[in-house]
Amino acid sequence: MGGGTWDWQFTFEEVLPRLLDVVHVTILATLLGFLLAASLGLLFAIGRMSRNPWISRPLGEVVEFIRGTPLLVQIFFLYFILPDFGIVLPAFATGVVALGLHYATYCSEVYRAGLENIPRGQWEASTALNLSPFHTFKDVIIPQAVPPVVPALGNYLIAMFKETPLLSFIAVVELMQEAKLIGSEWFRYTEAITLVGVFFLVMSLIASVGVRRVERALRLPGR
Amino acid sequence: MEPMVRFEQVTKRYGDLTVLDRLDLEVMPNEKVAIIGPSGSGKTTVLRMLMTLERIDEGVIHVDGRPLTHMPKNGSSRNGDLVPANERWLRKVRGDIGMVFQHFNLFPHMTALQNCIEAPIRVLGLSRAEARERAAGLLDMVGLVDKKDHYPAQLSGGQQQRVAIARALAMRPKVMLFDEVTSALDPEVIGEVLNVIRKLGEEHNLTMLMVTHQMGFAKEFSDRVCFFYAGRIAEQGPPAQLFGDPQNERTRQFLSAVLEAG
Repeated sequence: MGGGTWDWQFTFEEVLPRLLDVVHVTILATLLGFLLAASLGLLFAIGRMSRNPWISRPLGEVVEFIRGTPLLVQIFFLYFILPDFGIVLPAFATGVVALGLHYATYCSEVYRAGLENIPRGQWEASTALNLSPFHTFKDVIIPQAVPPVVPALGNYLIAMFKETPLLSFIAVVELMQEAKLIGSEWFRYTEAITLVGVFFLVMSLIASVGVRRVERALRLPGR
Repeated sequence: MEPMVRFEQVTKRYGDLTVLDRLDLEVMPNEKVAIIGPSGSGKTTVLRMLMTLERIDEGVIHVDGRPLTHMPKNGSSRNGDLVPANERWLRKVRGDIGMVFQHFNLFPHMTALQNCIEAPIRVLGLSRAEARERAAGLLDMVGLVDKKDHYPAQLSGGQQQRVAIARALAMRPKVMLFDEVTSALDPEVIGEVLNVIRKLGEEHNLTMLMVTHQMGFAKEFSDRVCFFYAGRIAEQGPPAQLFGDPQNERTRQFLSAVLEAG
């Protein structure tokens, strides 16, 4: 790596503007990926609770399979192998789907813990009031199961955010990819890579404050 | 007159344990039946099966002339063939029944009022305004209209149980089940809950089944007392007779043990 010393001028005039230009890609990939992970994860968790073994068992195996293989392999798989089956997605969409799917399996375990913690009496009261399974989940179970697991979900949001650089492997121009480009153009990596690190650190800290806020807002009165 | 509730040779087992053993029980409309007996005698199971919280192994339960645990085969109500009820049938028939639980089971994330309007809106299709009006009336009846915006955690046990009674009534059931509704309460608030049940019995046209340890209340309130022992009704009769002159040795033992305790 050329230039052993830190070059502030280079940092402010070249690196920072270019990184700021692509910051939204990293953030968008994280948010869209997490949206997918959080909703798909809930569906996985509910599906795995199904009394119908034709639903619960295959879902359980899919979840275990996805959890048991590396995210990078899944990203490559979706990007290079799906086109052979006629499914061609842009790199960014592929990355979001891969992140979302991968983290959906982790989120589903989190939700499962939340769902299993709901006392049996809540289910029985729902039955006694003749609520449909849909309304039982939507109005009774999920509003109680999700708030306690928000911190755990928030941790996965932050973990996922820090894994977005993997998208650079399929040439999504997010922060890491841009840093690599800057590096190879100028033969200087120190500033760009350092700034990427700092950026992730700052964003993670902000995100954890946000998660704590949400956690507090979800607390019930009288508890 | 058709009975409101009819158990026909109902058997329930948990593994090797037979909790209910070919039970026959008929409850007439508007009748108040108290169910007493030692723990493990199957008395709570009777209510749980009637609320369809548990499936039965043998027999049939009818409510208001309709099979509850079973449904007519092929959807035709004419021929007598019954098959075990599916979820859709249960949804249709269990609306006749309401239940109040030992541990209240209020929804903790909803206020008292929200607890009482949730099912009327979602299940009966009432408008929010209608449901609120109905719920307010019932909360007034149980003496808690001023607490309607409180969450369960902000209410005492007795108040929570009264909200739970209002919540069940909001569905306008024909049969109300009370499963040891005072057992989890502090002694000083038991009275307020029993008063509500007493008032309910006087003012509403309801068939009531209650599993209870409050012998005094059972004696004063019920039309009939059923003493359960080992999954069967060992003895039943009007409270004066069952408490005053029990015929069965088991009943005598149980009553003397309970009365001695307190």
